[in-house]
Amino acid sequence: MSTTDHPPVRDWAGDFDHTDEAYAADPFPIWDDIRASGCPIAHTERYGGAWLPTSHEDVAAIAYDTERFTSRSVVMSPFRPPLEMAPIGIAPPISSDPPFHKGARRLLLPAFSPQAIDKIEASTRAYCKELIAAMGEREVVDAAEEYAQHIPVRVIATMLGFPEEDADRFRGFVKHVLEGVALPLEERAGGMMTLFQYLIEQVEDHIAHPRDDLTTFLLTSEMDGQPLRQDHVVGTMALLLLAGIDTTWSAIGASIFHLASTPAHLERLVNEPELLPTAMEELLRAYAPVTMARLVREDMDFHGCPMKADDWVLLPFPAANRDPGFFDAADEVVIDRAVNRHAAFGLGIHRCAGSHLARMELRVALEVWLEHFPSFELADPDGVRWSGGQVRGPRVLPIKVA
Amino acid sequence: MKVSIDDERCEGHGRCYAIAPQVFVPDDLGNAQVVGDGTVAPEHEETARLAVANCPEQAITIEEGAP
Repeated sequence: MSTTDHPPVRDWAGDFDHTDEAYAADPFPIWDDIRASGCPIAHTERYGGAWLPTSHEDVAAIAYDTERFTSRSVVMSPFRPPLEMAPIGIAPPISSDPPFHKGARRLLLPAFSPQAIDKIEASTRAYCKELIAAMGEREVVDAAEEYAQHIPVRVIATMLGFPEEDADRFRGFVKHVLEGVALPLEERAGGMMTLFQYLIEQVEDHIAHPRDDLTTFLLTSEMDGQPLRQDHVVGTMALLLLAGIDTTWSAIGASIFHLASTPAHLERLVNEPELLPTAMEELLRAYAPVTMARLVREDMDFHGCPMKADDWVLLPFPAANRDPGFFDAADEVVIDRAVNRHAAFGLGIHRCAGSHLARMELRVALEVWLEHFPSFELADPDGVRWSGGQVRGPRVLPIKVA
Repeated sequence: MKVSIDDERCEGHGRCYAIAPQVFVPDDLGNAQVVGDGTVAPEHEETARLAVANCPEQAITIEEGAP
């Protein structure tokens, strides 16, 4: 992904780039250095100007301040969507600001409530078992490619009512939108068009053949007594498709990575399966995949930083989760950590709407994996590859399972 | 002991009802509500405290000694 516009970073405090290979491989010492530097908010002129807070306090303050920080775009790239996109944005409600945000979010929440998610647990479990069965009797499998990545794709495609055989295309869309931020604008825009054309085809198919799924639900929903505009429907579908896939894939992969490289934790979870819900929260804290972004609304001073209108601000929830000012032993994975106010799913009005779904997928994926592989380890520690950008997780994860 | 939820702060993370389902329950949106009037039976006080300590939004208040 490195281009001539993205030379390797030498100064993380004054010239950071979240797509740098070093940031993908090991961002933790980078955040530690910035936090300890006296100014916990790093800056860069790349992407037309951007800021990177690293303390829990600053990340939380920005997440809560929807007045001064707009969600008009939440994926940092050189391109800023036009002002008239607000307050709906390209993918409501994640790209929406108050007051529009509230109604658009409220509409979605029942479909992602714990009660609704319970109903798809059995089918998710069956699918995880199919994936394990398909691995056969090999000694080494890739837990990211052959397991983690498939689970959320199947689940969200089923929820939206998209053809299962399109799974490879969804993964292509996700990669392009989230990892393609350093591509030239025309190429990036072309990829977005392909995604939206695909979604419009699905909408047309659902208008012709309504069925019991989220797409039909959105097409028949109303806000303030009016049907949703088609760009709202398609934008929300884009959000559900993009936000649900590589985030959960990353969380499942990172959890398997941790257990593969920490035999004591693996042994404990195999012997005490009732610890899994607690352990899972700690793995979400320590390996939180998602960093969000905001745009500064107007020129202002924020905690001593001279922010300009349309500067980007990254919201690295994973950095907040490693802040020693907020967590004891922040850099250690404490597998039975009982008090854990982590921010892996964000804070404030944009709390991940799919968090109950993500937690169910992560728990079921780990339960099924541990049931079949009570003992496993990294097959090639140097061969593990992590995605960079705003969603971090293992993309290559060879595991020795026998 | 009695618990109450600030509806303005609760964003539906669901940590409280996952940890202490005897004390907190989800509504249709996934936001948390207290069971009954929020009075916590003595045998559930410990898990209720743990649930409160895990709320990412710090949206739950404990009133000690309440009936």
